[in-house]
Amino acid sequence: MAKMELRLAGSGGQGVILATVILAEAAVIAGKQTAQSQSYGPEARGGSCKAEVIISDEAIGFTKVQHPTFLMALTQKALETYCHNLPEECIVLIDDTLTAPEELKGHNVIKLPILSTAAEKVGKAFTANIVAVGAINGLLHLVDHADLEKAVMLHIPKGTEALNLAALQAGIAMEGDVKKPAKAAKKAKV
Amino acid sequence: MGKTVLMQGNEACVEGALAAGMRLYAGYPITPSTEIAEFSAVRLPQVGGKFIQMEDEIASIACAIGGSVAGVKSMTATSGPGFSLKQENLGYACLAEIPLVVVDVQRAGPSTGLPTSPSQGDIMMARWGTHGDHPVIAIAPSSVSEAYNLAIRCFNLAEKYRTPVLFMMDEIIGHLREGIEIPDHVEVIDRPTVDYPDAKRMPYQIKEGQLVPKMAAFGEGQRYNITGLIHDESGFPTNSTEEAEKLVTRLMHKISDNYDDIVQVDQVNMEDAEVAIVCYGGTMRAAITAMEKARAKGIKCGIFRPITIWPFPERELLAASEKLKKVVVAEHNYGQIVLEVERIIKNNCKLGFVGKVNGTVITPEEILAKVEED
Amino acid sequence: MIDTSNVSEKTVNTSDLIYKYMRPEHLPHIWCPGCGHGIIMRDVAQAVENLGLDRDKVVLVSGIGCSSRAAGYMDFNTIHTTHGRAIAFATGIKLANPELEVIVLTGDGDASAIGGNHLIHAARRNIGLTVIVMNNTIYGMTGGQYSPTTPRKAFGTTAPYGNLDRAFDLAGLAYGAGASYAARGSAFHTQQTIQMIQEGIRHQGFSIIDVASVCPTYFGRKNKKGSAVDMLRWQKENSVTVEQAKKMTAEQLQGKLVIGVIHQVQYPEFTFEYQKLIQRLAKEREE
Repeated sequence: MAKMELRLAGSGGQGVILATVILAEAAVIAGKQTAQSQSYGPEARGGSCKAEVIISDEAIGFTKVQHPTFLMALTQKALETYCHNLPEECIVLIDDTLTAPEELKGHNVIKLPILSTAAEKVGKAFTANIVAVGAINGLLHLVDHADLEKAVMLHIPKGTEALNLAALQAGIAMEGDVKKPAKAAKKAKV
Repeated sequence: MGKTVLMQGNEACVEGALAAGMRLYAGYPITPSTEIAEFSAVRLPQVGGKFIQMEDEIASIACAIGGSVAGVKSMTATSGPGFSLKQENLGYACLAEIPLVVVDVQRAGPSTGLPTSPSQGDIMMARWGTHGDHPVIAIAPSSVSEAYNLAIRCFNLAEKYRTPVLFMMDEIIGHLREGIEIPDHVEVIDRPTVDYPDAKRMPYQIKEGQLVPKMAAFGEGQRYNITGLIHDESGFPTNSTEEAEKLVTRLMHKISDNYDDIVQVDQVNMEDAEVAIVCYGGTMRAAITAMEKARAKGIKCGIFRPITIWPFPERELLAASEKLKKVVVAEHNYGQIVLEVERIIKNNCKLGFVGKVNGTVITPEEILAKVEED
Repeated sequence: MIDTSNVSEKTVNTSDLIYKYMRPEHLPHIWCPGCGHGIIMRDVAQAVENLGLDRDKVVLVSGIGCSSRAAGYMDFNTIHTTHGRAIAFATGIKLANPELEVIVLTGDGDASAIGGNHLIHAARRNIGLTVIVMNNTIYGMTGGQYSPTTPRKAFGTTAPYGNLDRAFDLAGLAYGAGASYAARGSAFHTQQTIQMIQEGIRHQGFSIIDVASVCPTYFGRKNKKGSAVDMLRWQKENSVTVEQAKKMTAEQLQGKLVIGVIHQVQYPEFTFEYQKLIQRLAKEREE
C-alpha cells in the first residue's frame, strides 16, 4: 500500500480525533505503520478542529500530513478552512449537506450522507464519526473491515457495541453508493 | 517480543515508567504534559502505586523527592512554565543525590507562550536551569517507542547514578500516536542499597568499586540525615572548603567519568555522509524525511541525533565532524544546541541552522533547503 | 495566666533525653543563647519518648531557617529540605510509606509565607503529618525581617517604621483550611506543648501545633522585649487557655496568647483512603 495521508476535519465534539485514533488503531492491528496527531487546545473544544493519520507499509519519518491523499470535512467551516492547496490526487469526502467550494473543482469530491445516516438510520447523531470511519475504509480500503471493527470496539464505551457496530456497517455500506471514486467525482456537483 | 499496541507518547512515557518500577507520581496539570498525570492517576493505584495531584509545580517535585527518599521510585512531569518552577528542587535532588525522573514535555515559550505548540526551548534550561554547578542527565525521545523505552532508561540511570534524570520530551512526540512494541522483558536497575550495619552514620561514603553512595530508604533503620547544604560523608552540613570542593567535584565526575555508559547517539547513514543533520527529539522525524529527499537528489546526507542530550555526545560529534563538509542543526528554538555544536566542531566543517519559534513544526523541506545550501 | 502546678512531672532527665534522641556529635546547636527553639526541640523528644515510638520509623522533615536546624540535631530519619517545601517533601514520604510517623519542624516564615500554599493544601488533604511550627514571629536566620506572624506595629529590619501587615493566626489558618487537629503551645508551656505534640502524632490526619517561640536576639531586641527570660515570662503572664478565651471579648483577648487545642475532629486520612482505593481496585480485578 502506498503511504496514505489522511486529514479529518469537523467541529469540536464531532469526534474526528477519535475517528483518526480508530483508523490508527486499525492500522496497528493490521500490522501497518501509522502516525496520528491532532490539533489541541480551544479549537478542539468547539471551533473547527482537525486530526491527521498517516498509514503506510514503510516506517514513517515526518509525522505531520503534508500532502493529503484524503480529506474529510463534516462542516462547511471545516471544509473551507482545510480545502486549500490540496494535491490534485487528494480525494475529498464531505457530508452531503455541504457545498464544495470552487477551489475543489477538478478534485475528486465525494458526497455522502454521513451526518443524516448517523442521526436517522443509526439513530444517534454522535455516531457520525464511526459512520465516517466505515465510509473512509470503504472508499480507501486501508485495512480489512474486521480489523477496523476490532479497533472500533477498543475505543467505545461499554454497552454501546451494537450501536457503534451498526454505525460502522452503515458507513462501510456507503461504498456501494460510490462505485468508483473517479466516476463519483464527475457526478459530484462542484 | 511482545505485542504491538497503539499509544500516545505521553501514555508510553507512563507505561515505560511503570515497567521501570515507578510507584509514585506527583504532578500538577499543565499542557501538553497533562496526559502523563491522567494516565498515572489511572494506572498507579492499579499496580499498588500512588498518584497525587499536588497544589503546585514546586510541591510536585518536592513530593516526588520525598517518595524517593522513602524508597519508592518517583516521577513528576510538567511543561515549560512548570519546569521553570521546579528548578530549585531539581538542584536539591542533584546535591542530595536523590534518584528521580522529571519529564518536561516542552512547549513554545517564553513565559506562558504557546501552550499547545511544539518547542525545544527548554534544552539549555535542562542543563543550566538550577543554580550552582551540578551534574545532569537529559534524554530526548524521537518516537512513541522511545518514549516508552527511554523512560525506562531514565529510571535506570537515576537509580544507578543517584541523580535526577530529565526526560526532555516535546509536544510532537508527547501527543503523537504510533504503534509500539511492548517488550516482554525490560532491564530494571535499582539503587544500590545499604548493607547493615556497615553504612551507619556515613551515608555519603563511597567504598572501593562503588559508583555512588549506597542509599537507605527512610524507615529501614539507618536514621541518617539528608540536606541541601554542602555536606561531608556523614550527611551533615559542613563549611569546610575542602569538603565543598570534594563533594561538587565528585558529583560532576560521577556523570562525566561514566560518559560511555550514559551517552547514547543515533547515527543514521553517517558512514559516507558529507552533510549531517544534527537534531534531537521530535525534530528527528522531519530530519528523516529531509535526509531521504536529499539522498534521492544524490546528496550524501546523514543524521547525527543525540539521544542523550546532557552530557552532550561531543566525542562522537567531534569525530564525525572531521569527515563532514557541513553540519545542519535543526531544533525548535532560536538556537540552543547549535551553540554546543559550534563549540564542538570548531572549524572542521561548515555549520547551518534551522530554528523555529512560531509554534509550528519544522518541515523536511526547511531542513532540506539548508542541506542543499552552499 | 495558666496554672501549671497540677501538670504531672514525668520528664526524663534532660541529659538522658539528649543522649537518647539527639545526635550529641552535632551539638552544641547554632541557635542564639535564649532562643526558644531548643525548648521546643526537647518537647518533641519528650513526646516521642512518652509515646514510646520506634525511632527508626520516625521521620523529621524541616525546611529552611532557624527552625530547620532542629532536624539535623535529632537522631531520627531526618531531611533538611528547601525553603517552604518541608510539608511537600513530607507528603511524598508519608504517601510512599504511610507506616512512618512524619513530623515537620518548620518556622513561621517557612510554613506560612513561602510555604503557605503547602500548609493549607496539606491541611485540606488531611494527610497524616504532624506539623510543629517554631513560631518566633521573625526571620531569624537572615537577621530579623518581619514575617507573616509578626504583630502589627512591631519592628523588624524590614519594618523599620513598624509592621503594617496583619499577623496570621497559624492554628486558625490551618483549621480554616481543613486541618483536623490544630493547637497552640508555647516555649514556656512545655508540659502542655508536649501533650499537644503527643496528641498531634497520635491523631489520624493532618495536625498542626503552632508553638510560640522566643527570639531575644532579633524580635526581642528590635521590640525592646528584654531578655530571653523576660520574653518567656511574658508568655507565662499573657497566656490564657482556649476555654478561658471563649469567655473573653475580642478586646480582652488583645495581646493574649491563647494556649490549647483550637480544633479537633475525626476525618478520613489521605494515605489511609488511598490504601483503601488500591485494595478496592485489586478486589475489582479479582472479580
